[in-house]
Amino acid sequence: MSRQYETVIGLEVHVELATQTKIFCGCSTKFGGAPNTHTCPVCTGMPGSLPVLNKQVVEYAMAVGLATNCTITKNCKFDRKNYFYPDNPQNYQISQLYYPICRNGGIEIDVNGNKKVIGIHEIHMEEDAGKLIHDEWEDCSLVDFNRSGVPLIEIVSEPDMRSADEVIAYLDKLRLIIQYLGASDCKLQEGSMRADVNLSVREVGAQEFGTRTEMKNLNSFKAIARAIEGERRRQIELIEEGKKVIQETRRWDDNKEYSYAMRSKEDAQDYRYFPEPDLVPIIISDEWIERVRKAQPELRDEKRLRYKEEFDIPEYDADILTSSKHMADLFEETVAICKKPKEVSNWLMVEAMRLLKETEKEPEDMDFAPENLAKLIELVGDSKINRTVAKEVFELIFKEDIDPEEYVKEKGLMMVNDDGQLRSVIEAVIEANPQSVSDYKNGKEKALGFLVGQTMKEMKGKANPGKINEILRELL
Amino acid sequence: MSILRLTAVELGKKIKDKEISVREACEAVIKQIEAEEKELNCYVTVLDKEAILKKADEIQAKIDSGELTGPLAGVPFAVKDNMCTKNVLTTCSSKILGNFVPTYDAQAVINLEAAGAIVIGKTNMDEFAMGSTTETSAYGVTKNPWNIEHVPGGSSGGSAAAVASGECIAALGSDTGGSIRQPSSFCGVTGLKPTYGTISRYGLIAYGSSLDQIGPIAKDVTDCATILEAIASYDPKDSTSVKRDSYDFTSELTGDVKGMKIGIPRDYLSEGLDSEVKEAVLGAAKALEEKGAIVEEFDLSLVEYAIPAYYIIASAEASSNLARFDGVKYGYRTKEYEGLHNMYKKSRSEGFGPEVKRRIMLGSFVLSSGYYDAYYMKALRTKALIKKAFDKAFEKYDVILSPAAPTTAPKLGNSLSDPIKMYLGDIYTISVNLAGLPGISVPCGSDSKKLPIGVQFISNCFDEKSILNAALAYEKTRDITYSDVLVKGDK
Amino acid sequence: MAHIIDDETIEYVGILAKLELSGEEKEQAKKDMENMLNYIDMLNELDTDGVEPMINIFPVNNVFREDVVTNGDDRDDMLANAPAKKDGQYMVPKTVE
Repeated sequence: MSRQYETVIGLEVHVELATQTKIFCGCSTKFGGAPNTHTCPVCTGMPGSLPVLNKQVVEYAMAVGLATNCTITKNCKFDRKNYFYPDNPQNYQISQLYYPICRNGGIEIDVNGNKKVIGIHEIHMEEDAGKLIHDEWEDCSLVDFNRSGVPLIEIVSEPDMRSADEVIAYLDKLRLIIQYLGASDCKLQEGSMRADVNLSVREVGAQEFGTRTEMKNLNSFKAIARAIEGERRRQIELIEEGKKVIQETRRWDDNKEYSYAMRSKEDAQDYRYFPEPDLVPIIISDEWIERVRKAQPELRDEKRLRYKEEFDIPEYDADILTSSKHMADLFEETVAICKKPKEVSNWLMVEAMRLLKETEKEPEDMDFAPENLAKLIELVGDSKINRTVAKEVFELIFKEDIDPEEYVKEKGLMMVNDDGQLRSVIEAVIEANPQSVSDYKNGKEKALGFLVGQTMKEMKGKANPGKINEILRELL
Repeated sequence: MSILRLTAVELGKKIKDKEISVREACEAVIKQIEAEEKELNCYVTVLDKEAILKKADEIQAKIDSGELTGPLAGVPFAVKDNMCTKNVLTTCSSKILGNFVPTYDAQAVINLEAAGAIVIGKTNMDEFAMGSTTETSAYGVTKNPWNIEHVPGGSSGGSAAAVASGECIAALGSDTGGSIRQPSSFCGVTGLKPTYGTISRYGLIAYGSSLDQIGPIAKDVTDCATILEAIASYDPKDSTSVKRDSYDFTSELTGDVKGMKIGIPRDYLSEGLDSEVKEAVLGAAKALEEKGAIVEEFDLSLVEYAIPAYYIIASAEASSNLARFDGVKYGYRTKEYEGLHNMYKKSRSEGFGPEVKRRIMLGSFVLSSGYYDAYYMKALRTKALIKKAFDKAFEKYDVILSPAAPTTAPKLGNSLSDPIKMYLGDIYTISVNLAGLPGISVPCGSDSKKLPIGVQFISNCFDEKSILNAALAYEKTRDITYSDVLVKGDK
Repeated sequence: MAHIIDDETIEYVGILAKLELSGEEKEQAKKDMENMLNYIDMLNELDTDGVEPMINIFPVNNVFREDVVTNGDDRDDMLANAPAKKDGQYMVPKTVE
């Protein structure tokens, strides 16, 4: 019988913080500027320039630490991590090794009902690197320092995870906590959340950990799951063949579903950390910690509970609605306008989720105004449009953020609630479909549906189906 | 009296009193540069004459309109070439920055210019301030104006020689382990290294960030105090800048030392100290005693450990600070290379001189995996002990008096072959940087070769007042005329 | 004990420091480093047990900036000294194979 292996996984998660400015200078962190337009002497490593710490970075890091049950380091410092690379303008990264801002935390995950706490070893603050673009034409690389100096926190977990499912659950939980804190939008695809996977395998029952590798370049939950499976297989194969796993950094290629060693003679991986002499220590008082704790917004678990209690929303729905901070915000803002939580929940749960899937988008990408969804709900509630029309209109709100009132008016989609007109159309329909009429009278309920459909067709969809039903039943 | 013989404050006053115009002051200095620079090589860059004179007229107009009233308005200054100057070449005397033209000014330069001083050029130095002779410059050695066969000291050798030769009226230098005080001593001028954090380091190209401090080099103590007052400021751009209670360094400048307690570290007067230097320094102590100061010898302790601790800390920081010079963003890039890492290595190996490479190698080694605790942490612990030894001394003394250097200026070409011997020359200055203290070097005579000797005064952090007063009191006893200082005279 | 710096160590430090030394320089560097390390060993005479390493000299703490954008677009200034540039970016040798 072949041996049984256990996978041991720890994560290093980098999160870009949602500050207005970079960690050590007053340059904007906005995405999408032309290359090097958000740069200054500090974030391009000009001689003589000096860093000055952005206070908001410390507060976001503290908030994340508190929300993940960490101890805040009262006397924390920055260190320099020395390595040469063109995206790193000073050829050292200002980071934290010896006194990271948060330590010894953990969060609870739930995988199919099995609850487990994943330890957080530490959270530290650091600066992001610039961007390298490879220019095929000139056969060179081009450096853009717009991202250089954007604040990051790195959340280092304990090696407490044993499967890809646990990893995904941990990442999801972390993402939600940070999103709810407003500390980052945590988008994996855009790189505002990045995870490096440290993985080793050992025989079930073994006490010692195996040799681990670190995998980088994982930019979706799916890639992470595949990389874990791929690396687990690779390491087991090595062990079964009697070979050794080498401790190294590997780059995951999600297209080829294989990881490659990032070894190079010029990469000594000896970072020569030492205390950053250009910055002074950060002393964090109990009062400061309390202030950050008090300013903490409602987190997901609290929100989920409140939705159930305050809005009488079923647990499953509350789960989905709060699965993205953005979706929860949309929900609450819309409810605040139209006061119909169930209706709002329904639209988001059914139509919005369907459209997200169809368009392969994340909940964070929904960018329509809550006012427009509220107006749509009003139109339906006031029986001004029917469900079918409403679904069409919602799709347009979702995609183009249209104003439903104007749209419905312009396209003449208002329902006809004029009994007289409807009555004469229904009479004509009854006359034209004697077979269906007699079927209905013989107890075939289905036939009524056909007659409603015919009436609706005559009305070009603008009739209230409830009303049609009512009049039909009366006339028959 | 000739313009070049005036101190900065004297010249500033004459300009204000309309006895001398700013243009005349600048022209006199430019003329002196034209006459002496070929021999002395104090500068890496002298600004264009027309540009200087245009600036002189602008400053004159501001003085005339009453917009500029400070004591340094219109005074021609030199600035060490490791301070960034907007649109003016800034090389750190290195080939690797041979074409670097900053787009920003160092804060100290901004402050100096705001006081109305006119920057006329960038002075030569040891490459990246690493050296004690100005011989490691990529742009030729600077010669000591007192005897051109000798070095001017370093690393601010160009600034000190320029002041001594009248190639400027006063200058800015920087001091990481003695780089203001030692060349001042070798060139017979006065140089002040303020308390760490007093002058913004923004725009000063870093060597050892935890030790670097800008300061004035000038003809006398009053000049040093006045320049310090002009360039010191709390700078939000420099996180290590210290918000001081007062930036007034001149109003309490009395030169009164009655009752002042002055200690001379006995451990400084032993092995390695030249006997003529010792005699001159003890002479200075005696002069102060006669003025009413209480002078005694004491054991400072730990003196010999300052140099190894310094070289670990400074080299480690330098290895990281100088990593940014890589041929990517600015400065020298090698002509031919194969791939990224070869480009890095060739650009840096061709761009840096031997002393800089030596310190980068040492710094990289002491920080490398497995050695950090044994070297770097050990050095930081030693630094703590040295600081404590000074704290203890300042419980008892207001000022510590010592030589600025163990010898007078050595001959050109004699120092670089034995680095450790050269490093030992910094024995009296280095511990001051480790402890962040202020120190000033004042001329106190000369040796039999007619080379100047300097005496150093050290005080506790933030107590520049005490050393300025002690130095001024001593200076008054010497009755120096600036024919003593201005060795080259005006031709 | 006297330090011996071998070729491998010099090679390794060269990789860390991104310096490429010629044969002659390498020999000199070995000697220089050995001398310096032997000299530095003097610190071992000093008992520093229990001494807190001193990083910052003064108890200055918590120097912060507010999170407000203060810099505009200074791209031309930043690129003014670049040895090679293209389309507003710094040009470097290819970083991928």
